[in-house]
Amino acid sequence: MKAGIVRFPGSNCDEDAFHAIADHLGQEAVYLWHKDHDLQGVDLVILPGGFSYGDYLRAGAIARFSPIMQEVVAHAKRGGLVLGICNGFQIACEAGLLPGALLRNVSLRFVSAPVSLRVESIATRFTSQYHVGQVIRIPVAHGDGRYTADADTLAQLEGDGQVVFRYVDDNGEATDAANPNGSQRNIAGIVNAEGNVLGMMPHPERAMESALGSTDGLPLFQSLLDALLGGVRA
Amino acid sequence: MTRFRCAIHIVPRRGILDPQGKAVADALHSLGFAAVGDVRVGRYVVVEIEAASEDAARDQVKAMCEKLLANPVTEDFEIASVGGGHA
Repeated sequence: MKAGIVRFPGSNCDEDAFHAIADHLGQEAVYLWHKDHDLQGVDLVILPGGFSYGDYLRAGAIARFSPIMQEVVAHAKRGGLVLGICNGFQIACEAGLLPGALLRNVSLRFVSAPVSLRVESIATRFTSQYHVGQVIRIPVAHGDGRYTADADTLAQLEGDGQVVFRYVDDNGEATDAANPNGSQRNIAGIVNAEGNVLGMMPHPERAMESALGSTDGLPLFQSLLDALLGGVRA
Repeated sequence: MTRFRCAIHIVPRRGILDPQGKAVADALHSLGFAAVGDVRVGRYVVVEIEAASEDAARDQVKAMCEKLLANPVTEDFEIASVGGGHA
């Protein structure tokens, strides 16, 4: 598996993603420069966390028009895998790869903390190594993480099993108190209808080793590896 | 070609929770402005542009709003004024 991590001006989780792929998964990782048009033949594109273009105007709004994003969108339309984490989720929504938008946290505060997520679907190439209903601990770090979509889109996401991760409390219940940003229906991560693009606000690449407090991000990357090497399709 | 100065208002869509607006409304209430109802906090953008006519300038600014300046999922925009018109 070869993963490409896009570096936008303001990306700051690019090296974490590289570390996850290269050191934890033992797979090839390359950086993709935002001004380039070359995906270098990667199987997986990671849009990393950070503050691309300073989040000016709206988070992800300007990054979406980077030259490399034309190639990323084409890769996704061909069925190629794309993982958008945090700012990458915002960019994927702005680019139309995923429905909805990420708005300012209801608290108006930047939230940086480990949160509990419930795995809602394992029928994706990103989550096959989890169990349905499994509660995992993964950190969030964002100011604009409130997932919002219109009622029809929400109903479609729920009906088609596209809600992949939900913020929950220690008992696995999706309560308001467990929702760090006010996301509709406690949505923390979704896939597109084709199942090849995942966007999530929490950072699985920061939950890869016990020294960091959690290894619960590891199965996500192992799922991708399994999908690419084993040909498992959603 | 003429230079125009276009002012654009971008506001959160009706029905979208606007915590900034709510915080401002609460502050206004606490200052005694009891008559204040809903408050929405948006963005004001001024674009200077060379165009053949005021209509042409307006058309281009509308395209900018639809493509970049406003997110159609969450925001409405209004071109508040197209002024200038100096050669």
